[in-house]
Amino acid sequence: MKEFFRRRKTSFTTGEQPEGSPVPDDMWVKCAACRDLVYKKELNDNLKVCPKCGHHMRMSAQEWLDLLDADSFSETDAHLRPTDPLGFVSLDESYADKLVKSQQRTGMPDAVISGMGMIGGQRLALAVGDFAFMGASMGSVYGEKMSRAAERAADLGIPFLTINTSGGARQQEGVIALMQMAKVTMALTRLAEVGQPHIALLVDPCYGGVTASYPSVADVIIAEPGANIGFAGKRLIEQIMRQKLPAGFQTAEFMLEHGMVDMVVERNQLRATLGRLLRLYAGRREPVAQFMVSSEIYVNGRT
Amino acid sequence: MDETTKHAETQPHELTPWDRVQLARHPQRPHTLDYIGALCEDFTELHGDRRFGDDAAIVGGLATFAARTVMVIGHQKGSDTRENVKRNFGMPHPEGYRKAQRLMRQAEKFAIPVICFVDTPAADPKKESEERGQANAIAESILVMTNLRVPIISAVIGEGGSGGALALSVADRLIMQENTIYSVASPEATASILWRDSAKAADAARALKLTAQDLYDLRIIDEVVAEPEGGAHQASQEAIRMLGERIRSHLEIISQIEIGTLLKQRYQKYRTIGTYLEA
Repeated sequence: MKEFFRRRKTSFTTGEQPEGSPVPDDMWVKCAACRDLVYKKELNDNLKVCPKCGHHMRMSAQEWLDLLDADSFSETDAHLRPTDPLGFVSLDESYADKLVKSQQRTGMPDAVISGMGMIGGQRLALAVGDFAFMGASMGSVYGEKMSRAAERAADLGIPFLTINTSGGARQQEGVIALMQMAKVTMALTRLAEVGQPHIALLVDPCYGGVTASYPSVADVIIAEPGANIGFAGKRLIEQIMRQKLPAGFQTAEFMLEHGMVDMVVERNQLRATLGRLLRLYAGRREPVAQFMVSSEIYVNGRT
Repeated sequence: MDETTKHAETQPHELTPWDRVQLARHPQRPHTLDYIGALCEDFTELHGDRRFGDDAAIVGGLATFAARTVMVIGHQKGSDTRENVKRNFGMPHPEGYRKAQRLMRQAEKFAIPVICFVDTPAADPKKESEERGQANAIAESILVMTNLRVPIISAVIGEGGSGGALALSVADRLIMQENTIYSVASPEATASILWRDSAKAADAARALKLTAQDLYDLRIIDEVVAEPEGGAHQASQEAIRMLGERIRSHLEIISQIEIGTLLKQRYQKYRTIGTYLEA
């Protein structure tokens, strides 16, 4: 049951550019890693992985939803909107203006989409960050959506998948943003109490307060190849701490080598890997769909 | 209400947030071991994380406080350059947080309340800390504190810097001395991140709402604890006594709450932090 992301053709190739965008919807994309030009359709059909060098490009939260079984996603808490709790006095663009711009550019109210869906016929809750929305920084809405998704998963007794990419806590919400680290971690204890797993996927880039909270204590941590993952940013370490950093520092592979993640999984293997993990945590030996058809009695006997 | 009126009302001494940052960082402010030494008896420091090493940026151990055994844990800054080098300027490495976790779990095992002193610019951001899992260490500390089955009080006695501070301040009562700060990032870092200019730190300090009074108004902390005139460094023993009295009082109250109830309250305390609209 080798499955790939579904619905990708529609969501990967059409209507993703906002109207009036200064960047034209070119047919070719330059790979940031190998600098080669890649035919956009080919890239999208390849889950935004460069067909030439294997570089995993960033995906929007919307695009990540294709990780789920076709038409299985239902969104939750889409109505939550950010505010400016500190009345943040910025020296340049106000927080309110930044929010509006990000909302217009991404079509999202804030940096997280949450909901429920299925992978390989197995139900789960999920929450996905979108780096295009203010670097997927964690503020109140981010924290609340993650927390509600975790609590909902606990109430329903289903696993929880988080897809994490972030620059860290949202500066403009100050300590309120910092406290979201504790809040989401707190909510996830509910999930642990009902014996359901939290699987965290770390994608490029993932830093600061997000890495230093709930994903790093997940039951399983999966990273995408080449993803930059860390606590302190590389520039800070190099420029302020004046330390030379080795090649490959803070990559997914570095994290694996240092024991910080369970596995590095290529994007085209994610659905299969997640499906297998969900099955294993549920104590099932076979994929759900096949199971139901082949042996109903055995299923009942097990549950 | 314009900014200046509000400012004058909430800060009678007319100290700016940036002034508070300076006071919070004052090298002559009492640090964790000063508080422990003056407020506790029989302090017995426990060392090491049993995995890698012993981090001098976090100290902890058993002690007697207000006639009961407590586990005291705190960030430790130095008062001079030599001690600061030893203490890494109060910036813990992963092994520091892992030591704290070990002591907290031990406190739970023996049903001993935990008292934390928070005073750090940030978690150590060096290469070696990344290699040893700084993010994981902080996350584990937060997790341990979310459901530790003993009362926890955290007191900010200087700088509450970002995740490095949060890792010792998920607590049933979080209190701050009046000239201390607690922030998502240092004002310099925020100015650098948002405005690409760390020299704009004073502006960031104002924008971040990082003073004790700001955070009380935002319902993040439970109490602002008074300091002697001019700041804690002007009369250390008095500052220590004043904070100790408040810790004792809070400890007395939360020790009487049944642990299941206390954990529910702790959950609610953090679960309800956040400001958003339900459109």
